[in-house]
Amino acid sequence: MRNPMRTNPLAYIPLVLGTIVMLFPLWWMFIVSLETEEKAGSAMVSGSMLRLMPEDPQWNNYPDALREVGSVAWTGFLDALANSIVITVLVVIGTVLSSSLVGFAFARIRFRGRRFLFILMLSTMMLPAQVTMIPLFLLFRSLGWVDTILPLVVPSFFGTAFFIFMYRQFIAQIPESLVEAARIDGSGMLGIWWRIILPICKPVSALTAVFTFIYVWNDFMAPLIYLHSDEQMTLAVALNSFRTQYSGVEDVHLLMAVSIVTMVPCVLLFLAAQKYFIEGLGRGGLKG
Amino acid sequence: MKHDSTPVGLLWISPWIVGFLLFTVIPVSMGLWYGFTDYTLLEKPIPVGLANYARMLQDDVLLTVLWNTALFAGASIVIGSILSIALAVLLSKPARFQSFWRAAVFAPSVLPVVAVAVIFKLGYDADTGMVNSAINTTVGWAGLQGPNWFGSRFWAMSALVLMSLWAVGPAVVIYLAGLRDVPRQLYEAAAIDGFGRWNRFVHITLPMISPVILFNVIIGIINAMQVFAIPVIMTGGGPDRATYFYSMYIYDQAFSYGDMGYASALGVVQFTIILVLTLLILLIGRRYVYYRGA
Repeated sequence: MRNPMRTNPLAYIPLVLGTIVMLFPLWWMFIVSLETEEKAGSAMVSGSMLRLMPEDPQWNNYPDALREVGSVAWTGFLDALANSIVITVLVVIGTVLSSSLVGFAFARIRFRGRRFLFILMLSTMMLPAQVTMIPLFLLFRSLGWVDTILPLVVPSFFGTAFFIFMYRQFIAQIPESLVEAARIDGSGMLGIWWRIILPICKPVSALTAVFTFIYVWNDFMAPLIYLHSDEQMTLAVALNSFRTQYSGVEDVHLLMAVSIVTMVPCVLLFLAAQKYFIEGLGRGGLKG
Repeated sequence: MKHDSTPVGLLWISPWIVGFLLFTVIPVSMGLWYGFTDYTLLEKPIPVGLANYARMLQDDVLLTVLWNTALFAGASIVIGSILSIALAVLLSKPARFQSFWRAAVFAPSVLPVVAVAVIFKLGYDADTGMVNSAINTTVGWAGLQGPNWFGSRFWAMSALVLMSLWAVGPAVVIYLAGLRDVPRQLYEAAAIDGFGRWNRFVHITLPMISPVILFNVIIGIINAMQVFAIPVIMTGGGPDRATYFYSMYIYDQAFSYGDMGYASALGVVQFTIILVLTLLILLIGRRYVYYRGA
């Protein structure tokens, strides 16, 4: 009976080809980042063949490139790195706390208008960011928040629709008896949320954290709009300025080295939390 | 014991309510209002009625960005959907190292978009880039040659569409979850009835995952309307505005020319387009999409 589901050995051919196409650009940039100035210009081509290994890896390219980020040696890079880390960590904390709190309320407290508000919240997921981009910029500008990290961080403490939804679905499945037991022990709702719900929700929090991390770390438009000075830039924006400064053929290897450095946290996080990305997206996407 | 918990409930979800008012309701209403004004940041907004919307009717650049955006959205959604369904079907079959293949397909989607744009900008270089080197190495013997990607309107747009396929990971994963929910018995029954592989796919798989296709198409439209960083970095909109997209135009009107009024009006139109397209697709979907249990 299971016959139609058996995998044909030939099915491995597209799998291998697909994997090569997906991963080759990363390997290519890695090789280019290790080339000498002369060779990086001609990149992978020697004759008309692809070069698959660096002949003489120049590991110095990495410190050489990072030193040149921003206007002051090393400071530019370290500032950008610190800004990216601070913003990302704050947004992750804000999103997890606020989304779990609101998701808990949607799942466990009966109140009038709950259904309506929940659907309203879900519908905001359809709103493209550009629609609120200009008014929000003007709003934050009038508050004097431009060129600070506040416009990027503060909104995350008010909950994110997609993650509120994920928390609500998960919390709705927690047995009522657990919550009741805590209530009998004299815990208030806030205590139940902090001591019972949050620990049980670890899988959802992990998912929220990894998705938020990737989104914020990679975001280009918001930091481009709000962060102007060298000291406030995130890595993504710093990489973009580096790209415009070092756009010549002779700097290709340096550009690739900086690009790779900005990718490292994402790659590590992905390797560590693969199943959250792949399972979480499948689950959330379908029900959303 | 019984009491009305409405105030408590509202208090608990108040972070979201406050955030919704501050970061959605107020900005959207402000955006609507600025759309009816002339606002250059130097002075207070001056009401001008429908002037911004009248200006759109004469705006040739707007026509260009609308066309480009539609072209990009159409091509990347159609090709992307076919590719991601095919990949999902392939990855759903039991195979050795399955989680490795899945990870490889998903991995490019977690990378910073600026870094991705940098790789491909160099990768598409006509003489030294990886794309043309790969083409020359693999099919060069047949006389095929890689084009000068950013030299012509057609190839520049093609380069961006091709590149968007590198990030099909999330769609593939969502299709995978959809495929997992298709009841096995259907395939077994069809196999007994002598349905071939292709017929099983067309008559069972596609209808069963049609709600997922609908979902991915809507997400695809929203994403395509917002495409920004990749063309800004790779082509700057060129050559000859061939890759100048809607979001870039809004950004330029607002932050390069400082015309907040016109930019806001463009934002309103963008939202309207997305809303109308989404409703249209949901309406069409109602006819053709199969919802189990509905």
